[in-house]
Amino acid sequence: MNKKMIFRTVGEITLLEAFLMLIPMVVSIIYGESCFLSFLITIGIAVAIGLPLTLCFRKVNSAIYAKEGFITVSFAWILLSLIGALPFLLSGEIPNYLDAVFETVSGFTTTGATILSGEAIEGMSHGLLFWRSFTHWIGGMGVLVLIMAIIPSNSGHAIHIMRAEMPGPSVGKIVPKIRETAKILYLIYIGMTILEVVMLLFGGMNLFESLVHTFGTAGTGGFGVRADSIASYTPYLQWVIGVFMVLFGINFNIFFMIIIGKIGTAFKSHELLWYIGIILTSTAVICINIWGTYETFGETLRTSFFQVGSIITTTGYTTANYDTWPVLSRIILLGLMFVGACAGSTGGGLKVSRLILLYKIVKNDITRALHPRSVNTVKFEGRTVEKETVNYVTAYFILYIFLFAVMVLLLAIFDGWADIASLFSAVAACFNNIGPGLGAFGPASNYAALTWMSKIVLVFAMLLGRLEIYPFIVMLRPSTWSSVRES
Amino acid sequence: MNITIAGCGKVGTSVVSSLVTEGHDVTVIDNNRKILAEVTDVYDVIGVFGNSVDSGILMEAGADKADLFVATTQSDELNMLTCFLAKKLGSKHTIARIRNIEYNQSSLEFVRQQLDLSSSINPEYLAAHEISNIIKFPAAAKIESFSRRAFEIVEITLRQNSMLHGLSLKEMRAKFKTKCLICSVQRNDEVTIPDGNFLLNSGDKIGIAATPANIQEFLTEIGYIQKRIKSVMILGGSKTAIYLAKMLEASGVSVKIIEQNLEVCHQLSEELPKSVIIHGDGAHQELLDEEGIASTDAFISLTGMDEENILISYYAASRGVPKVITKVSKDELFVMAEKLGLDSIITPKKIVADLIVRYARAIENTKGSNVETLYKLMDDKCEALEFKVQSGAKVTGIPLKYMKLKPMILIAGIIRGNQPITPTGDDIISPGDRVIIFSTDLHLNNLDDILR
Repeated sequence: MNKKMIFRTVGEITLLEAFLMLIPMVVSIIYGESCFLSFLITIGIAVAIGLPLTLCFRKVNSAIYAKEGFITVSFAWILLSLIGALPFLLSGEIPNYLDAVFETVSGFTTTGATILSGEAIEGMSHGLLFWRSFTHWIGGMGVLVLIMAIIPSNSGHAIHIMRAEMPGPSVGKIVPKIRETAKILYLIYIGMTILEVVMLLFGGMNLFESLVHTFGTAGTGGFGVRADSIASYTPYLQWVIGVFMVLFGINFNIFFMIIIGKIGTAFKSHELLWYIGIILTSTAVICINIWGTYETFGETLRTSFFQVGSIITTTGYTTANYDTWPVLSRIILLGLMFVGACAGSTGGGLKVSRLILLYKIVKNDITRALHPRSVNTVKFEGRTVEKETVNYVTAYFILYIFLFAVMVLLLAIFDGWADIASLFSAVAACFNNIGPGLGAFGPASNYAALTWMSKIVLVFAMLLGRLEIYPFIVMLRPSTWSSVRES
Repeated sequence: MNITIAGCGKVGTSVVSSLVTEGHDVTVIDNNRKILAEVTDVYDVIGVFGNSVDSGILMEAGADKADLFVATTQSDELNMLTCFLAKKLGSKHTIARIRNIEYNQSSLEFVRQQLDLSSSINPEYLAAHEISNIIKFPAAAKIESFSRRAFEIVEITLRQNSMLHGLSLKEMRAKFKTKCLICSVQRNDEVTIPDGNFLLNSGDKIGIAATPANIQEFLTEIGYIQKRIKSVMILGGSKTAIYLAKMLEASGVSVKIIEQNLEVCHQLSEELPKSVIIHGDGAHQELLDEEGIASTDAFISLTGMDEENILISYYAASRGVPKVITKVSKDELFVMAEKLGLDSIITPKKIVADLIVRYARAIENTKGSNVETLYKLMDDKCEALEFKVQSGAKVTGIPLKYMKLKPMILIAGIIRGNQPITPTGDDIISPGDRVIIFSTDLHLNNLDDILR
C-alpha cells in the first residue's frame, strides 16, 4: 500500500483547511471578536501538521489504487474534523472537545445536527457561526475533490479518491480529465452559491446571514443562526432557501448538461424525474394531511414543501416544528430521510438512484420467481446496469440496514431514557446527514442530552453516511493494513 | 486536444497511455465493459461503452468535437467505417488501423482518399520498417520518413577523422556522386541550415535527406556503414516477416525464414520468391545450427510467443550473431528482455503509439496552417515540414536557383507523384507536388512563407 501518498494527500488537506480557516478568521476580525485568536492558533496547528507531511512526501510515487483512495478519504475527513473542532474549544464557546468534534463532524458531513441549544446558537460569535456553516459548504462537494481541482496531478488514479468521496453508486466524469471535472463541479457549486446569496440579499437578509444560510443550503447541511432555524424569515426567503435546497439535491452532472445545452438529455434523467416526483407527491399528501393547521393555502404549501425539500435533500432546515404534525406526515418525513437526494449532489441518504436500482432488482427477482427460466437485465437511464453494480447496490443496502440496526442498538444501551421513535430518528437523522430527528431530538430540541458514548456513535454515523460506508469499513478492516512485504 | 479512440485492445491501450501522458483529453470507446473499466481505472480518460459504428455512441464520445479520431478495433473494416462516420460527424483528423495485407496494397491510397482518412496505420508494416532500419543503419542514427517513406532524413554524428571533415558542401557534392542533401548541421548546440560554402567538422551532427536507397549508399560511401548486413535469418512467418523480407529483398539482403506451419510456408514461398523458406521448428537448436545461425549477419525472431522470441534470441546471441532483433509484445517481458542483455527489442504497439503521439503533436503544432506533416529534428531546434503545393502558389514555375528564399530555409526534397526528387538548382516546383522544407524558423504556416 502506498502509505506515503496517503500521508501527502492528508497533509495537503490539512494545509487547505488552514487556508480556508482564514475566511472565518477575517469575519471575526471584522466583527471585532476575540475568537479570531482561536482561529489563528488552529491555523498554526494545522500548518504544523500539514507542512511537514506535504514536504516530506513531496516526491513520492503517486500511484494509488482503490484501497488508498478509501483510506485517504477516511483519514482526511477524521483529521479535518479533529482540527476543525479546535476553534470552538479554544474560544471556550463549546467547552467540551467531544461536543466540538460532534458539531464539526456534523458540519463537514453536512448533517446539521447540533448539541447547542437555541440560545447558545444565538449567543455565538459571528466568526464561529460562520465557520460552523462554512464547514457545510466545504464538506458538501468534498475536500478531496477541491484538492483535485487545485493541485495538478498527472495520475489517472485520482479517480479512486473521487469515487470514495463523491456520493452515489457510480461516479461519472463529465470531461475526460479528472481535474477538469473537479473544476467544473466546483464552478457550478460556486456559481449556484453566489446566485443564492444574491437572491437572499435581494429579499432583505443581511450579508452575514445570507452567506451562512447559503452555505447551509449548498452543502445540504442545515446550520443556521437562529433558534427557530428559518421559521422567522419572510415567506420569500423561505421559498428561496426551499427551492435552492431542492436544486442542490440534484445531480450536478445535470446542471453541466444544461449549461452545455443538452437540456433534452438532462430532463430525460430518470433519477431527476423520480426525485421531483417524490417531492411533489409528498408535498401534496402532507398539504392535505396538515390542512387547517396553518391559516392560508400559501402557508400550508410553503411549509410542507419546505419540510419535504429539507428532509429529502438531507439539509435539515425547518420552518415548522413538524413533530406536532399528524402521524402520517411524520412517517412520510421519516421515510424521506432514508430516500435522500440524487447521486452526485451534495445531499446524503440512500440516494434516489440506489432506490430505483433496488426497486428494479427486486422486480426482476420476483419475475424470476414466477418464471424461473426468464433472463432479465436491470436497466437504468437507458443502459444495462452491470452485474457488479447490481451486487454493489444490494450489498450497500444490506450493510446500510445492518449498520443502522447496530447503531440504534448502541444508542438504546447508552441512552435508554429516550423513546424508540426518538432514538430511531436520531440515528436516521445522523446516518443520512439530515440533522434534526423526531421527538427528543426533533427540530425544537438538540443532541446535547446524549451521553458521550452515544455522541461518538453518532459522530461515526455521520461520517459513515457522508462517505457512504465503504471508506470507513475498508479502513477498519485489519487486512487492509497487513501486507506481506512493505514497499 | 480532444482525442477519441475507438477500440482498446493492446495497441489502443498503449496509444491511450501515451496520449494521456502528453496531456490530451482522451475519450475511449469499447464494447467490452471489463476492458473499459480497467482503462478508465488506470488512465485519466472517459470511457464510453458501445459499438463505435453507432453514431449515437460516437457523438457521446465527442467525435463531433475531436481534433483526432483513432480507430484501433479488431477489424479493419470496422476501423474504416468508424473513421468514415467520425469524419462525417466532424472529427478533424482520422486515423484507422488497417492491417490486412490486401488492403495495404495498391487500393490503400484510393480507400484513404475516399474515406477522407488522414492516415492509416499498419502495425506489422511499421514494425517491419523499424526492423529494416535497424538492419540498414547502425545504431545511433535517427531516421524520419516523409511522404510514405519516399523520403528519409537521417541524423548522424560525424566521427573523429570522418571523410567529410574539412570539406565544404560543394566539395562534398563533387567528391561523392550520390544524390543527397545535407540539410541541417548542429554544432555546439547551434543549428544551422548550411549553404554550399559551409565547412563540415568532425563532431557535427548532420541531417541528410534523400531517398532511402541513396541514403544507404551515401552512408556506405562516407564510411559510416562499414559492414553491411548481407544475410538475415527470420524466425516465424508472420505478416511482419513478409513485409520485412520484401524490404530486405529490395535492398539486396538475402533472407531465410524459418516457419513451423507448412501451409504458411507455402504462402511465404509464393509471396517471397527470392527468400529461402525453411519448414521447421525454430526452437530446435540443431535446425538453427544446420541452417547456419553461426554465419548469418542478423537474426530476427518474430514468432507470436514473446517467451520463445526472447529465449531463441538469447541463443542466437550466444552463437555470436552480430545483430539480434527480438519482437516482444508484452510490456512486462520487455523490461526482462532488456535486463537479459538483448539490445534490439521491437514492440509493435509502442511503435504505433509513438507514431500517433507524433501525429497529435504535429496537429497541435500546425493548427491553422497548411503543413501536412511536421517533424522536429536536432533536439527540436529545427523543423522539417511537408507541404502540398496548391495551384497558384508563388513558388511554382521558378527554377530553385533563382528563388529568393528567406535565410535558414532549405528545400530538401520534392515528391512528384510517387517519385522523389533530390532538388538541384534547376528543378522547378509544380502544383500537386509535395515539398519538404527545412527550417529553423519555427513559424512557417504556408509554403509561400519561405520566400523573402
